[in-house]
This record gives sequence, structure tokens and C-alpha cells, in this order.
Amino acid sequence: MASVGTGYDLSVSTYSPDGRLFQVEYAGKAVDNSGTTIGLRVKDGVVLAVEKLVQSKLLVSGSNLRIQGADRHIGIATAGLLADAKHIVKRARDEAQSYRDIYRMPIPAKVMAERMGLYVQAYTSYSSVRPFGCATIIGLMDEDGPQLYMVEPSGTYWGYQACASGKGKQLARTELEKLDLSNMTARQAVKEATRIIHTVHDEAKDKEFELELTWICEETKGRFERVPQSLVQEAEDFAAEAMASDMEDDE
Amino acid sequence: MSPSLKSGEVNLGTTIMAVKYDGGVVIGADSRTTTGSYIANRVTDKLTKIHDRIYCCRSGSAADTQAVADIIHYYSQMYAVQHSEPPTTKVVASLFRELCYSNRSSLMAGIIVAGWDKRDGPSVFSIPLGGSLHKQPYAIGGSGSSYIYGYCDANYQDNMNREQAIDFVKNAVALAMSRDGSSGGTIRLAVITEEGVDRLFVPGDQLPVHWEG
Repeated sequence: MASVGTGYDLSVSTYSPDGRLFQVEYAGKAVDNSGTTIGLRVKDGVVLAVEKLVQSKLLVSGSNLRIQGADRHIGIATAGLLADAKHIVKRARDEAQSYRDIYRMPIPAKVMAERMGLYVQAYTSYSSVRPFGCATIIGLMDEDGPQLYMVEPSGTYWGYQACASGKGKQLARTELEKLDLSNMTARQAVKEATRIIHTVHDEAKDKEFELELTWICEETKGRFERVPQSLVQEAEDFAAEAMASDMEDDE
Repeated sequence: MSPSLKSGEVNLGTTIMAVKYDGGVVIGADSRTTTGSYIANRVTDKLTKIHDRIYCCRSGSAADTQAVADIIHYYSQMYAVQHSEPPTTKVVASLFRELCYSNRSSLMAGIIVAGWDKRDGPSVFSIPLGGSLHKQPYAIGGSGSSYIYGYCDANYQDNMNREQAIDFVKNAVALAMSRDGSSGGTIRLAVITEEGVDRLFVPGDQLPVHWEG
């Protein structure tokens, strides 16, 4: 890293000679250091799951949420700097409310993703600000059913069947690609999400983690909710069993 | 302070109406525009297109309602390109409400929004003077409407067909025009369905005639 950038990485308003914006790429690194976040879009809902690395045993469990609601029908999962994430979620809440005020309707996924994308992009255009150090996964149910989008620190956003970001994104994506998402129920997706988070967690390097699990589906009547404890337990058991049988296969 | 017409301001002392029926909506209005006792226009079109299948009926100040309709027309077009689908009647009515309510102290605008959309089919919304929003099976408005509340309540039926709805609007507006000095001229109608918009016209010498004493 000694000579990277060489003066072209000091500001987001300066391109490098080969047309890159180093500050935006560094923001991406902040995301890559974070606990893994995944989102799954299945036939009757969206599931968001986060591997929240616990910084200290003294922390109250269930604090510093990485998945938050932005409206009744919207969940936002983030990877990267938590303080930036909270700012992004506040913006998403404001957008959701202003859309409701004007159109008297819940904001559709496409519109939310576009507005968040525009907002994040603006922070890559001025020397007085730094880009957001977080990737934002937006899960929501609108008139067209379940939707999943991810907004990157550059402001680009795409719609996904499933997406992952953070430390274990590569492994998580390989796991997600194996799933038959369009025929899966949200209940099943909760289990698979739990399994994937456990699979990508690196016990050797990282300390304890807390699993955050949320869903928006027909069972929750299209509302964003945390997965009930009974199902979390079921999912944990499923994950433990799947991983145990994986180990056996390896041997 | 509630708004009132300035001296010389053009008034749509009006009869306007919208009725939902199976498969569409019929909207209607008289065609009189006045400045005091002078008829500034006797063939006015008070039915204003907001989007492909959404119209509004305007009553109150001609200037205010034209301005509001123009702004909402613009918002609706923006909505259609941003969402890549036309706005629903409900969305357009909410936009009208927002504008009419936030400027309620300076506007004199009583508006009926009616249209057809893929989500809700035909629908009718009324936005009277204070800027409130009411979803209704049918709505009447303007100075002439006070004379026909009884007639409308007595003759409105759910699940009318196209012809019944047209006759209902035509008769109600004609009755209002014959009693209200600020309403008159001709009747302009529009039928909005999934297929499109049909504009109909009843000349002043072919209005339905009721008891005239």
C-alpha cells in the first residue's frame, strides 16, 4: 500500500490518471472488513441476515442493530461503518415518509433504491465530504411482491435475487448461488440464511458473533419484523445439522 | 382568512359531477364562466385532463384551478416517467390534496378527481375548499350542486351501467343549471374507461327538460 494513490487518493473530487476514484474504493474496503450481511429474495418474502461481530463481551446483546426498519414494509441491512449506516437509515426513513406524505402510498422498492443511490452518489462528488463506508441492502415488499436491492458506496445499485456483502461475501455468494430461491418459502430462506452466516463465520479469526435475522413476508403480512425466537431456534438447529453433515462429507 | 374572489376575478360558479359505474367513470360539468353577472365564456371546458385516464372537474377561481391542474399535470408526468407506469387516480388525488391543503388560505378551488387505473379500476375523489380528500362513489361540486343533493341521493345507484350513469349525470347537471344562476350553457361529459376517454357534448338547446313551472 506504500505507493498506492500517490496523491490521487486524497479527495473524491480527483480522478486517478486511469479514471479511478480511490476514496470510493477505500470506502469499499471499510465494507469488506465488516461482518457478513446477506439478503435473500424468495417467492413469498425477503430475508435479511447479519453476522454481527461482537466487539466486547460487556456489550448488551441486541444492541447496535445492523438491520433496521425504514418503514412498515422496509428492512435495511448494512455492512461497514455502523455510524454511517445509521445516517443512511435515517435518510431512508425520511424518503419513505416523504413519499407517503406526497403520494399516500408506501414507497416502491425501485424508487427507494433509486433515491438512496442518488444520495450515496452525491457523497462521491465533493471534496468536502467522504463517501459512505457502508453497503446498504434494502429488502421490501411492494405491490410487485418481494424486492431486494443493494446500494454500494459508489452509489450504484442493483436488484438481486440474493446478495452478500462484508467479510464473507465471496463464500456467501457461492452458497447463495446454489439455492433455488424462486421456489423457496421465506421460512426455508431463514434457515438457509442462518446456515450461510454460520458457514462464512471465521471462528479462528473473529470473536463471538450475534446473528441478526429479519424478514418481510406473507406470514408477517408484508411487514418488516425480526424473526420470532422459535423460528430462530429452528434455523440454528438446521444450520448446526447441515454443518455437521458437511464436516462428515469432508472426512 | 378564507379566500374570496377579487373584484373582476373569473369565477367558475359551476356545477360539476363525477359518477363511478361498472367499468368506468362519467364526469360532467356545465360550461358557464362568469365575472360577476357577466358570462365571460358560455362554452367553457371545466373537465381537464391530468393524465391519460385521469381527469379533474374544476370549480372556484378559474385562475387558481387552472394553475393547480397545470402543476398536478406536470407532477403526474414526472411520476409516470420515474415509476415507468401511469399514476393511479388515488395518487393524483393525493397530489391535488397536498397542494390544495398546504395553500388552503390562498386558494379558491373545489376539485373532483376521477379516473380509471389498473389497480383500483374506476374511482372518484372529491377535494372541497379546505383541502380535505374524500373517496366517494359519486361526487358533486360547485355552486349549482347545492340544488341537486336531494336529486342525486334519490337517484344514485350502485353498479349502474354506462348509459345509466351518463343519464344520471346529464339530468343532475341540467337540473342544477336550471336553478343556479351561475351555472348554464351546455353540458360537457367525459366517459373514462380502460379503453380510453369518450368526450360527449349536450348543446344548450338539447338539455334534458324537467318541470319549469
